[in-house]
Amino acid sequence: MPEKSPDLSFSWMIGGPQGSGINVSAEMFAKALCRAGYYVFGQIEYHSNIKGKHSAYRLRIANEPLSSHVEAVHLLSALDEETLVGDLYHEFPAHPGHMQEMASGGAILYDREYRKFLDWIERDDVQFWEIPYAELLERALEEAGKPGQARAYRIMNNSMVLGASVGALGFDFEAAAEAIRDSFGAKAGRVAEMNVLAARHACNYAREHFAGKLSYALPPVAEPREHMLIKGTQAVALGKLQAGCGIQTYYPISPATDESVYLEENQREHSIVVLQTEDEVSAIDAAVMAAHGGVRSATSTSGPGFALMPEGLGFAAMTEAPGPVLVNYQRGGPSTGLPTRWEQGDLSFALSAGQGDIPRIVIASGDIEESFFDTFDAFNYADRYQLPVIVLVDKHLSSGYQTLPLFDTSRLKIDRGALFDGEANGNGEFFRHAFTPSGVSPRSVPGQAGGAFWTTTDEHDPRGHITESISNRLLMMEKRMGKLKLAAGEISDEKKFRLVGSGETPVLALAWGSTKGAIVDALRHADPEGRRYSFLQIRMMRPFPVEQVLRLVERAGKVVCFDGNYSEQLARLLREETGFQPQHRVVKYDGRPFSEDEIVAALEHAVAGGPERIVISGGRVVGPEFAPAEFERMIELRRKHGKMLPPMVPLPPGYNR
Amino acid sequence: MGTAIEIKPFTAQDYKAEIHNDWCPGCGDFGILSAIQLALAKLQIPPYRAAVVSGIGCSAKAAHYMNTYAFHTLHGRVMPCVTALKLANHDLTVIGAGGDGDAYGIGGGHFVAAGRRNLNITYVVFNNDIYALTKGQASPTIGKGQRTKSMPEESIMEPINPVMLALACGYTFVARGYALDTKYLVDLIAQAIQHRGSSLIDVLQTCPTYNDLHSKSWYAEQVDGQPRLYKLDGADFDPVVRNPEDPAETTQKKAQALIRSQDPTGRIALGVYYKLEVPTYEDYLKRKITALESKPLAQLDVYHRDITPNLRNLT
Repeated sequence: MPEKSPDLSFSWMIGGPQGSGINVSAEMFAKALCRAGYYVFGQIEYHSNIKGKHSAYRLRIANEPLSSHVEAVHLLSALDEETLVGDLYHEFPAHPGHMQEMASGGAILYDREYRKFLDWIERDDVQFWEIPYAELLERALEEAGKPGQARAYRIMNNSMVLGASVGALGFDFEAAAEAIRDSFGAKAGRVAEMNVLAARHACNYAREHFAGKLSYALPPVAEPREHMLIKGTQAVALGKLQAGCGIQTYYPISPATDESVYLEENQREHSIVVLQTEDEVSAIDAAVMAAHGGVRSATSTSGPGFALMPEGLGFAAMTEAPGPVLVNYQRGGPSTGLPTRWEQGDLSFALSAGQGDIPRIVIASGDIEESFFDTFDAFNYADRYQLPVIVLVDKHLSSGYQTLPLFDTSRLKIDRGALFDGEANGNGEFFRHAFTPSGVSPRSVPGQAGGAFWTTTDEHDPRGHITESISNRLLMMEKRMGKLKLAAGEISDEKKFRLVGSGETPVLALAWGSTKGAIVDALRHADPEGRRYSFLQIRMMRPFPVEQVLRLVERAGKVVCFDGNYSEQLARLLREETGFQPQHRVVKYDGRPFSEDEIVAALEHAVAGGPERIVISGGRVVGPEFAPAEFERMIELRRKHGKMLPPMVPLPPGYNR
Repeated sequence: MGTAIEIKPFTAQDYKAEIHNDWCPGCGDFGILSAIQLALAKLQIPPYRAAVVSGIGCSAKAAHYMNTYAFHTLHGRVMPCVTALKLANHDLTVIGAGGDGDAYGIGGGHFVAAGRRNLNITYVVFNNDIYALTKGQASPTIGKGQRTKSMPEESIMEPINPVMLALACGYTFVARGYALDTKYLVDLIAQAIQHRGSSLIDVLQTCPTYNDLHSKSWYAEQVDGQPRLYKLDGADFDPVVRNPEDPAETTQKKAQALIRSQDPTGRIALGVYYKLEVPTYEDYLKRKITALESKPLAQLDVYHRDITPNLRNLT
């Protein structure tokens, strides 16, 4: 066995067609690693497709906490030729395969069936490990007394693939077996054991042939910790449950739906109503009304659904509803865009969606743990300030798994804001929109005696009746918009921004959302003593912590602002709120999240006097001269090997250098 | 037991808001508003236990004239709002009030979904064939080839038949009323409120300002020597599905309603077209969330949930 355990981190990937169960394999592996005491960060890239298109799941594994992925792959488990040599079936190839990500000295586990594609690969610094999966499956079936039934049991490939990686890495097979059994639940004991048996055959084969050939191994951790393996959609759902959310409304959309499904799975246990609506307009309007109805309410969506919701934000703001909490899972836009890919493109929209002046709170969670606590806080803000609260998360944060300690809920307190106590106001009547010193009017709950009120989306008087009076309009605008000032004063700084490092370094990285993870890891690894870089994460986009942020960006030598969008939305917001222009803006809009390497590359480029605007893709800085070398290489490969399916048509001008 | 408490019955006055009404003189909406108030009084539902949810338009102002919980919401969104309010508190009597454009035009998708859910709610649609508050454009219920004085040209689209649409969507109580026959409308609305399930009452409403085609006198006209408006009750028509388990009867009752809703003679039938008592959305929900059997959602203590088992489940 190699004595070397992963010092920095080890990066494993499984690639294959969607529907082949690569998620299952990866998540079983992640679970086993998590239980064994390793820290795991999972990142999945998949197409908007059910079966057949390419999907790749990375697990970064280490002995220390992790919050990002890296470009390099140390062990690749390839379930098809596409994982090796890329998309051969589209005129404009969807991807070039994963060979370019292979670390020198790394290894590829592949089925014998794909041997013929090895000729295509021009890497002599990578190990190719062939596994006769079909033969091993047949052996396992013979042992189980079911010889000759390999076709029927092909599905067990998921478990065998896991077994092979476990064997090659010297990981504890029993831990993997436990994860396989778990994935089948309590019911399918016999089927689960068949899978364990098949995995064991693959494991033994890989151990016998490949163990020790990689400079990495995964020995048992001395003191396993109790960690969750959790993804963002679960964390947000749990935040809602902890906060006492009574109704969740939603319309199915990637990548938000998993959250609602998780809540529905918990509806009996936790008495939460999950309402699947006919569209997102209904989802948000119903959530607004549920808030008026006296329950904490929420809705979850993604870009195209969010695009239908602005009227509900206005509805909530105008009628001073205590909510809802709207969680938007950003994905690549515009329009349908990249349904299953990452982007931070909805910041400007979240801040401005809807006609007129809409008071709203906008929070941007930086990681899975934050998304739990932010979601919890969002309900308190909604009740306390009687306005809609938007929580921005994204596909990277929501779909990938991470090992985390159990959330500490002991300090969380529910604040339902000002409530009508049953005693009518001075003149014997209850005014739902009464003018008060704070701007917040106590609210009654429908069904409450003495609390009946009117409210309307028209401009209204304190009683809730329509009026177009000038003086009332002035007072009501002050009342509604003033609640944001109230919130800005009451909400603590730690909820608004987070500084990592001294803040007095030559470079201050500025970012929001899930880019946090990559930056935190990059700084820890590239600048462990914190002399070169600091990091300022903006957590509250509205109300924006203007003075605090301005003080910090002015103190830094150089500010490098990271945005997962084309239009530099955080940099724009910073200029709008503070007048400060960051010296460098790093943008990424290729639909894939920032990796740790990309952060380092961008920071180094900025330090070395790179341009003001730095575009990142595929692990490196790409300039305006960026040409799709990927396409060219693929086309060349096809020519060379005569695989031209479907017939190639000439690329348009500009695609051919 | 102590002394008997004198229970003062609620009168229509208790449901009336003291506020200036800005509908046009002679508007059919007055009749519908009175009917809702009288129906609530008839059923003795305390004003604070009732909520009226309206959309946008002339009809939507009805919410302001009610002395109940009153929500004047958004154009077309009456049903999403009604649905959520009922889910939040299933003890409330929730009445939706919207116009024909609101319900069948911009709110069409929501109208369909609300029928499918079969929550125990009542939807009163003020149907005057036009968009009155924007000065009389054609609505989804105006007939093909028809043109009111407010329209520049005649409509070249088929109208929606609200009764037929409601039957197709799954509403379990479907009725048609007439705004100027308040007494009869009170009875229909009271029946709808008492019905366990989603109820639609499409109310034919006159708009003296913009709709000169379907005026009070037009509705009062004779068709082939018989009154244009007639009541299903008097006719040989039983709208009630007696055996909800029998799909043949359900289909037959829907079919007869469908035929009668588009009377080829040109006459218009008022009354209950269809009634089916089956478990409501709330009933199904209570089977899943048993705590709802004792209390409405808004009164459940969901603020002390223990999520530790969920967290442990992820380890």
